[in-house]
Amino acid sequence: MTALAILIDGLVYAAWLFIVAIGLTLIFGVMKVLNVAHGGLYAFGAYSAATAIGLYFNHDWPAAGGFLAMVLAALAVGAIIGLVLERALLQRFYDKDEILTALVTYAAFLILEDLLLLIWGPQGLFVPQPYRAAGIINIGLLPVSVYDLMLIALAGLLAVGAWYAIRRTRFGRMLMAILYDRETAAAFGVNVTRVYVATFLIGSMLGALGGAVTAPRISVSAGIGVEVIVIAFAVIAIGGMSSIGGALVGALIVGFARTIAVHFAPSLDLFVVYGVMTIVLVLRPYGLFGAAVARKV
Amino acid sequence: MTFLRQTSYACAAALLACTATSAIAQSPAPVKIGIPVFLSGPAVGAFGEPSRNAAELIVRAMNAGELPAPYNQKGLAGAPIEPKIIDEAGNTATVVTEFKNLVQRDKVDVVVGYVSSAGCLAAAPVAEELQVLTIFYACGASRLFDDNDYKYVFRASSSQTSDAVATARYITTKFPDLKSYSGINQNYSWGQDNWRDFKLAMSVVNPKVTMDKELMPKLFAGEFGAEISVLLAAGSSIVHSSFFGGDLETFVLQASARGLPQRSRLLLTVGEQILARQGKNVPDGTIIGGRGRHGMLASANPLNKWFLDAYVKEYKSIPNFPAYHMLSSMLGLKAAWEKAAAAKGGARPTTDDVIKAFTGLQFETASGPVKMALGKGHQGIEEVAVGTYRYNKAKNQPELYDLITYPAECVNPPADMKSEEWLKKGMPGAKC
Repeated sequence: MTALAILIDGLVYAAWLFIVAIGLTLIFGVMKVLNVAHGGLYAFGAYSAATAIGLYFNHDWPAAGGFLAMVLAALAVGAIIGLVLERALLQRFYDKDEILTALVTYAAFLILEDLLLLIWGPQGLFVPQPYRAAGIINIGLLPVSVYDLMLIALAGLLAVGAWYAIRRTRFGRMLMAILYDRETAAAFGVNVTRVYVATFLIGSMLGALGGAVTAPRISVSAGIGVEVIVIAFAVIAIGGMSSIGGALVGALIVGFARTIAVHFAPSLDLFVVYGVMTIVLVLRPYGLFGAAVARKV
Repeated sequence: MTFLRQTSYACAAALLACTATSAIAQSPAPVKIGIPVFLSGPAVGAFGEPSRNAAELIVRAMNAGELPAPYNQKGLAGAPIEPKIIDEAGNTATVVTEFKNLVQRDKVDVVVGYVSSAGCLAAAPVAEELQVLTIFYACGASRLFDDNDYKYVFRASSSQTSDAVATARYITTKFPDLKSYSGINQNYSWGQDNWRDFKLAMSVVNPKVTMDKELMPKLFAGEFGAEISVLLAAGSSIVHSSFFGGDLETFVLQASARGLPQRSRLLLTVGEQILARQGKNVPDGTIIGGRGRHGMLASANPLNKWFLDAYVKEYKSIPNFPAYHMLSSMLGLKAAWEKAAAAKGGARPTTDDVIKAFTGLQFETASGPVKMALGKGHQGIEEVAVGTYRYNKAKNQPELYDLITYPAECVNPPADMKSEEWLKKGMPGAKC
């Protein structure tokens, strides 16, 4: 039972980490923006999804629609906030130092946290209806939430979708061109501004989606974005900051490392995630899938 | 004629000035109280909001003289209370900075606050350094007064040791066939101390019962899937947890969804805090504690009736134990302040006067009597009640049954012994 539990728990946790981290990786990979505001987008996604779930499940409507409502609400909120952040704020800092841009996103994160309190107040939201509606199945002797298994499926879909979009579409080729060299891509006719807006919008929507799918599993309360951003950075640092494949591997490493620790050495639970990150970064300073980049002078 | 008019104006002005001066002289200066509670973060819903609500309600009622006897004198011995409520959230460095701001910038006379045990442990030495009377209202770490002698610091609510002993006694009485237990507690002072005390208490009251698993997830982890699998596999009779706030709500949700309460009965040492908000989501049969005899565990007395009625009328919800802790602390301050004022013939007492009056004081609260019996008269002890939970579908409300109330001396060490030492020695002198 322990091996089965580790497999399932590790996959569920890794799936959740990947869903939370993929938007962060995408934005950093293309735009070189360390987007601390991702935590705020996650929190806004969770709150807007929780509100949508509350409204939807007040009616006697089929539960399946509730899943759709929570996802759509979060995507819409993510798109709006992403657009506002990129157009009103970030575009002014693209030619500035990356540290400065990171500080700007940190300021945006703090503003989003306060906005959350202004809109939803300090009381948390509790909307377990979709989590419960999905039910439980027994795998061997282990009861497992179907909702958690759905997270694994969603993470798989996102991974395949991201791979397809990057490798098989025109937009993906433009992303890759910008990723390798922004100025050369622009010289070849790629509309960098438009790609940046689209990338930040998609990354923001993915951040909000991460919050949305988490909302039914937790007590949605102020401060959830802080916890997430720290662990999400650990995941993408392990994988290599610019690589979606790296984020997937990083999520799997962190997910299984933590799960194994909980099962065999619970006292190491707090240490293991950052211990693994430290070891990886000592051996490969640019992460598992990252590569050293020559600095332009 | 003009001279007469001017003279009469001057006399009238002088009279008015004299009256005003006299009025100012007779009106006592306000007592400024700094009240740090969680206004942001994951502990707002269960702790911050009810505590702030209670503080505002109590200050208004005290200033208006609306509390039942013996607390019906206006303000503190007639001096109006001027509250300053601030956010407790942040790391310990922030706690220290904000505490200093309250004292040095806002010139508060007293501080009543702090939920977080880490916050209390950080603020206590600063209170001593700044020589400001400080009453911790909700944090529970027993080491606060076990390991330190304070002059300016008090706590009017009992420590977490009494929760551990009461719940250990309760499950031993109610479940004679108990075989084993596991624990899931937050990995910081509150969770670690709770779990240590519970294990020690179990080794005394029920030594045959074995311990299966001990899990210490990160504070506000929000994800307990792996921990729940471990607990499901362990199949212990009881799963002990001192989780609070968002962690408590999330754990109850995730554990219930995966059927943990059907394999192991949940014991939530501070579970009372979520019953009013999350009653429908708490599994029937869960054992509930509430840091004393507060909220749904409280008995009927005039103070409780006043508080319950006033709180429900004002906020349309039932006060939970953090709200009751705020009430107990404010009542303790009022009792000490007025005792000190009475000793000075009604004059405003100094901080030292209030400290002298507060040390070893016994006073009534909505939750029964509080005796400042430990920590050289600075740490309160009180009765502790434990019950079993069910949601009454007919009445559409949460309720507790099989309540057992333990006397304060049954679940707390004697004055001359530290909590851990008392537990390790087998709880000598416990009066049950």
